[in-house]
Amino acid sequence: MRAGTDLIVIGGGLHGLSAALQSARRGLRVVLLEGAFTGRHASGATAAGVRSLNRAVEELPLSLEAQAQWEDMIALVGDDCGFHAGGQVQVAMDTEAEARIKARIARLEAAGMRHEQWIGPDRLTELVPVMQPGALGAAYVARDGSADPHRTIRAFRAACLDAGVEILENHPVTWLARDGSLWTVVAGGTTHVAPTVVNAAGAWGRQIAKLAGDPLDVGIKNSMMIVTERCEPCLGPVISAQNRKLSFKQTADGTFLIGGGVQGRLRPGGGSASVDFGALSGAMSTTLALFPWVADLRLVRAWAGMEAATADLLPVIGPSHRAPGLIHVFGFSGHGFQLVPSVGRVIADLAETGRTRTELSAFDPGRLATNRKAA
Amino acid sequence: MMIFDVAIIGAGPAGMQAACDLRRRDLSVVVLDEQPAPGGQIWRGVERNCQPGSHLAQGLGAEYRQGADVARSFRASGADYRPLSRVWQIEESSKEAMAQGWQVFVTRESQAEVIEARRILLANGAQERPVPFPGWTRPGVLTVGAAQILLKSGGLLPEGPVWICGAGPLPLLYAHQLRKLGGQIAGFLDTAPRDTLRRGLPHLNGALRDWKSLAKGLGWQAGMRLSGLRRETGVTQLRAEGGDRLERIRWQTPEGEKSATAGVLLIHEGLVPSVHPTLSLQCEHAWSDAQQSLRPVLDPWGETTRSGLFVAGDAAGIDGAKAALAKGALAAIGIARSLGVLSDARARHARVAGDRALSKARAARPLLDSLYPAPEGKIGDDTIVCRCEELTAGQIRAAARRGAADPDRVKAETRAGMGPCQGRQCGYTIARLIAEAHDMPRADVGFHNIRPPLKPVTLGELASLGKTKA
Amino acid sequence: MFRPLPDSPEGPTVTVFVEGQPVVARDGETAASVLLRHLGTARITPVSESPRAPFCMMGCCFDCLAEIDGKGSTQSCLVPVREGMTIARQMGARKVVA
Ligand SMILES: Cc1cc2nc3c(=O)[nH]c(=O)nc-3n(C[C@H](O)[C@H](O)[C@H](O)COP(=O)(O)OP(=O)(O)OC[C@H]3O[C@@H](n4cnc5c(N)ncnc54)[C@H](O)[C@@H]3O)c2cc1C
Ligand SMILES: Cc1cc2nc3c(=O)[nH]c(=O)nc-3n(C[C@H](O)[C@H](O)[C@H](O)COP(=O)(O)OP(=O)(O)OC[C@H]3O[C@@H](n4cnc5c(N)ncnc54)[C@H](O)[C@@H]3O)c2cc1C
Ligand code: FES
Repeated sequence: MRAGTDLIVIGGGLHGLSAALQSARRGLRVVLLEGAFTGRHASGATAAGVRSLNRAVEELPLSLEAQAQWEDMIALVGDDCGFHAGGQVQVAMDTEAEARIKARIARLEAAGMRHEQWIGPDRLTELVPVMQPGALGAAYVARDGSADPHRTIRAFRAACLDAGVEILENHPVTWLARDGSLWTVVAGGTTHVAPTVVNAAGAWGRQIAKLAGDPLDVGIKNSMMIVTERCEPCLGPVISAQNRKLSFKQTADGTFLIGGGVQGRLRPGGGSASVDFGALSGAMSTTLALFPWVADLRLVRAWAGMEAATADLLPVIGPSHRAPGLIHVFGFSGHGFQLVPSVGRVIADLAETGRTRTELSAFDPGRLATNRKAA
Repeated sequence: MMIFDVAIIGAGPAGMQAACDLRRRDLSVVVLDEQPAPGGQIWRGVERNCQPGSHLAQGLGAEYRQGADVARSFRASGADYRPLSRVWQIEESSKEAMAQGWQVFVTRESQAEVIEARRILLANGAQERPVPFPGWTRPGVLTVGAAQILLKSGGLLPEGPVWICGAGPLPLLYAHQLRKLGGQIAGFLDTAPRDTLRRGLPHLNGALRDWKSLAKGLGWQAGMRLSGLRRETGVTQLRAEGGDRLERIRWQTPEGEKSATAGVLLIHEGLVPSVHPTLSLQCEHAWSDAQQSLRPVLDPWGETTRSGLFVAGDAAGIDGAKAALAKGALAAIGIARSLGVLSDARARHARVAGDRALSKARAARPLLDSLYPAPEGKIGDDTIVCRCEELTAGQIRAAARRGAADPDRVKAETRAGMGPCQGRQCGYTIARLIAEAHDMPRADVGFHNIRPPLKPVTLGELASLGKTKA
Repeated sequence: MFRPLPDSPEGPTVTVFVEGQPVVARDGETAASVLLRHLGTARITPVSESPRAPFCMMGCCFDCLAEIDGKGSTQSCLVPVREGMTIARQMGARKVVA
């Protein structure tokens, strides 16, 4: 039993680490409990796209804040996390896609947000010379890009340790309960007590919520990724396509990462996900249409990463209504990587003062509250 | 689409034997192997090489030539044999489609295909144990197995006198084959500990049950001694030096450091089962202290902890070719039983002979394991461990110390094991370095997750699969 | 590095092209074995650009990756020679030709 802990963070993915780090920087004494090792799940499986492009409007304030933070990651964690602002491009392959993109950009501009811009075919070819001509144009955010997920995890972890966060790996939380103003959390044979608990357990966030007496209706996504052999650098921006399942980028190592939300399978027991090659195969057509030369490249590895997904695809961020002192931060539905620095700031606000200047109503856990005993 | 009763991966002794036996029970069998012809490792190229009067077949020895008969029976068995077919993924079919079944993803001549079968037999054999040392990535350094493959497929001998360094039956056998075929050996650097006699003695009695193999091994050793070949014992700290090519080797014996010029260096430190498929399928595995490697946990019928998935031959534990034949026969009985074509009672009866053959074939194994233990020498910080991503022992040690003793974490942090070989060359060494850094038993470290595909496949092949299926 | 058995019976042979040069290869040989005999290396690594040669000859080290009949990153130790086959070393990271 440890005394004097202010905050217990459950989950050592990037959201848990970011919340722990920024809380500790404000003087809170933080213990982070991770069931496996830091970055074991979504944060290690991610495509690590740093994208404000095509974000839900509700997420944009946090996303734009994060965009600025990514540009100055050294200030936050002492490392640039491999962030490279190569831009994000969302291609329109047909007129319907073009109309949708243009309508979205018009809506954003009406709301005073000018981060996305429409570019025509010529500019697109200039930006992405290795892409097959024929696309009608694209939405483009020059300040977006991608980072190195493992380097990001390493940097956040090291910064946490520097800031005095106690990180306990191989400590899965199996029980938690509130007694008076204090939570007691049991993990891997150890017991921890603190007034505030952060639920950053990713795909297992709903289990933690249920254990804490606040069952929420949240599902699971198992998005698949594939990575190729190393190639000479030739692609700067991250490419996606409106109305299609595609995410295509080249990493600093020269490998190509292909994703886009094609779903793998959950393994029996639900502890991990596996690859479904039939589904992957079917989803190759968009990639091959835009980049026919990838047909000759070797697929070196494929995987599926688990993450909690909500019905409205917006995360769960904010204090629990039924379990006082519990703050949820999970359910990023496949696009939470970019939000890591800004959401960590929000959680630190809540942990420190119980309040935040950021509008969280769209992410309110209450919208998903259920009485069913669903786990 | 045709659903086979059994898909066998590997046409070595174990796979061929199982295929023959399953066909005799009238089950439909497909056999997939990435080699161009049947035989596996021991009998590679046996059909082509065993032409009458072949000097090569003579030099490779009687045990090699025996493979021709097995290959002939296999060809005649009626199994659907598909050479040059690489299996890159195995999945359990979705339950609705089949009562129980599997999908095997395979590429043949750049064409990908899915094969369906009710049972799977992995008879995919073994690989040589990778043991890193300074310079092991330098051209001119090959494994003994590689040199023997060059001999069996194409009849190639090393040019000029070759150095052989390591321990185990395979280097002795290869040295013997080489001398018979007119190759030259510059020297044999024996890395087995010098106290072999003391280590071996307790196992000698049991091993005598397989005295023929023992006599053969002793014959190889005696032949080497008689030939006046330079032989060094107690060899450690091997280095392969040079620029873009091997030029010189250096090693240590209890008497001091020695060196010699070298054009080709062949190394070998025993075999380890090829467990990538069973690891990727999340079968349970057990650590063998004697063989310093993992093996899938099997029931007496050769079935893994995933029902319908069987393993036979050296993939189930290193026991050699005779045992591989016996394990293939036993797995065939187990599979027939699980498909309901053999009652439990008849299966038990049928396996008696196989059990006896297996136990005899394994008799000398504890002796061999104790004579040729996996090397334990410290790996220097500058030595490359992950050949694909070119990471050194020092880099891996540093990552190992930074956090939990989990190979997946170290892999994620360093990229070790993320290259095309999927950790086949570095996996065990990484686990060993983690065990060392955390001062824990090697058995407790485990192995990193094996992510598909088992062998790299082109994206074009992957895409073509979708089209044929749809 | 390796040479054919001196007095083995004259088996069938094929002609392959190693980086443009015609080379006589024996039936049963693999592309890796031809590379080893003829050039002594198979590739330059993409990571540190150092030379590598076939090491295991059985498909588990990937140091024999070469360009065979124009197809890059092919494990040459698993490809038997064929008449007219073109074989070239793989020099560093794959080049993308859009
Ligand atoms: C394949 C894939 C691609 C993606 N691509 C992008 C992208 O390009 N851009 C983008 O913005 N986002 C992307 N995302 C989403 C992004 O990666 C995630 O939103 C983000 O990493 C979530 O971080 P997390 O910390 O919430 O979850 P996780 O990283 O999953 O962390 C949760 C942690 O909780 C631990 N845990 C679980 N149960 C317990 C317990 N009982 N006790 C203790 N610990 C526990 C787990 O072990 C895990 O480490 C992608 C996600 C996936 C899966
Ligand atoms: C390089 C090497 C040389 C050896 N030489 C000898 C020797 O000369 N004498 C001796 O007694 N023992 C030798 N052995 C030991 C050998 O393991 C056994 O004697 C015997 O060959 C084992 O039989 P098996 O049927 O279990 O597997 P193997 O004979 O190894 O057969 C396995 C087969 O599976 C195929 N395969 C594996 N993975 C795949 C895949 N994903 N897709 C398609 N096909 C696949 C392989 O191509 C191979 O043909 C050697 C081992 C090695 C590794
Ligand atoms: S030589 Fe090892 S994979 Fe070809």
